[in-house]
Amino acid sequence: MDDKKENGKLKIRNIKNGISIDHIAAGRAPEVLKILGIDGGFRDSVTIAMNVKSSKMREKDIVKVENRDLDVSEINKISVIAPQATINWIQDYQVVRKEKVKLPDELVGIVECPNPSCITNKEREPVKSIFLVKNTSPVVLVCKYCEREIDSLY
Amino acid sequence: MSLKQWDKKHIISIRDFSRDEIDFVLKKSRLMEDKLSSRKPLELMKGLILANLFFEPSTRTSMSFETAMKRLGGKAVGFSVAETTSEVKGETIVDTVRVVEGYADVIVVRHPAEGAARAASENIKVPLINGGDGANQHPTQTLLDLYTIQKEYKKIDGLSIAMVGDLKYGRTVHSLANALENYDVKLTLISPRELRMPVRMVNGLRERAIEVKETTRLSIGKADVIYVTRIQRERFPDPQEFKRVKEAYVLDEGILPKLRDDAIIMHPLPRVSEISPAIDGTRHARYFQQSRNGVPVRMALLCLVCGVDF
Ligand SMILES: Nc1ncnc2c1ncn2[C@@H]1O[C@H](COP(=O)(O)OP(=O)(O)OP(=O)(O)O)[C@@H](O)[C@H]1O
Ligand SMILES: [Mg+2]
Ligand SMILES: [Zn+2]
Repeated sequence: MDDKKENGKLKIRNIKNGISIDHIAAGRAPEVLKILGIDGGFRDSVTIAMNVKSSKMREKDIVKVENRDLDVSEINKISVIAPQATINWIQDYQVVRKEKVKLPDELVGIVECPNPSCITNKEREPVKSIFLVKNTSPVVLVCKYCEREIDSLY
Repeated sequence: MSLKQWDKKHIISIRDFSRDEIDFVLKKSRLMEDKLSSRKPLELMKGLILANLFFEPSTRTSMSFETAMKRLGGKAVGFSVAETTSEVKGETIVDTVRVVEGYADVIVVRHPAEGAARAASENIKVPLINGGDGANQHPTQTLLDLYTIQKEYKKIDGLSIAMVGDLKYGRTVHSLANALENYDVKLTLISPRELRMPVRMVNGLRERAIEVKETTRLSIGKADVIYVTRIQRERFPDPQEFKRVKEAYVLDEGILPKLRDDAIIMHPLPRVSEISPAIDGTRHARYFQQSRNGVPVRMALLCLVCGVDF
């Protein structure tokens, strides 16, 4: 497991069950934690590695969370800030499933439009936010409604 | 281009238009203007009703649509709120259009929330035309702007177009620039530093191989079209600064010797002081004609989206 042998001192305890989110763009791990809703109140073990060397990308972040699963909406959110990420499901210390995230063409109800004048931010109007993916690297999204472009999220 | 593809089409954003579609609307608008100037009453939309839903004050656009519909022999109903309220009381826009769909054959919506027209159009079958959604889009304005240019020069390709004033927030210049991406034009962007066109937009234009020059100087000597917009006081916290900027971009008699003989001056109106009334009587002034051109353009669009052949 490459992230463990990177540096003699880096020793990450294996988890029994949970997820390992690998190949996160360097520096974006905190945003991934935010998506997962992990904050000071979280009880299970969480391991974060930032800016570690990687053979697939120059530098990467990794987030491992014990006893946690991910749903489609969370995976889509992760794909926006870390379009290269790999999600590994771990059971009994083994990787039982591996999935590369994929940025969908349309993000429905996943990202809130930062434009306060956007119809999707009008409380009484029943309009879900929809973003169209205009560019994948770097990620550029366009609000389907107000047509604003955004390139940084969370 | 087949008329079928226009039938029941919502007109939401100029960005949804291909060059062929824009050119088609301009061609049909020309045809409509010819019919209009024959002075014979038209009955193309006889028996049909337009609903004008203006959740924001605008006399110009709503009257222009109403005129267009009536000139076609149709009828117009609707409302216009007296002042802009951040949250319009009562029904949501999404619900309102679903109700009005039951009354009318075509709907025009103006609303302060950006994206309101697109959202409103998603649940209805009756064609909806965006009459302006906040700072976002006003596609019929852009089409009438293009029509005015095309009518003057019989072409858009090859022209040199100067945009003057508030290029940062100005909805009309943004939409016009979006549309001009489809043509081979040279753009000169003239604005105070604080009100420059957003970098992303300028880059977008350059990516589409449009030659773009940005300047703070009122250099309009080479332009075929000078498109002037208003600089709003709200953009400047310092009144002194506002005064300086405002005065730097005024078109008055002083500019006349600098203009090309056939240059035209356009403005989406209402103007404040950025074009002196002394310009109105010159051969360059086109802003009133431009606003008048809105009628045949809107007539053409109304027919197209209602599936009426002409
Ligand atoms: N029991 C475990 N506890 C914690 N993390 C684990 C465990 N098993 C695997 N991982 C982590 O899951 C990720 C994928 O592991 P895998 O063994 O598939 O590595 P790999 O062959 O390098 O995969 P990839 O091709 O995705 O880089 C790595 O980040 C690894 O550290
Ligand atoms: Mg690896
Ligand atoms: Zn939006």
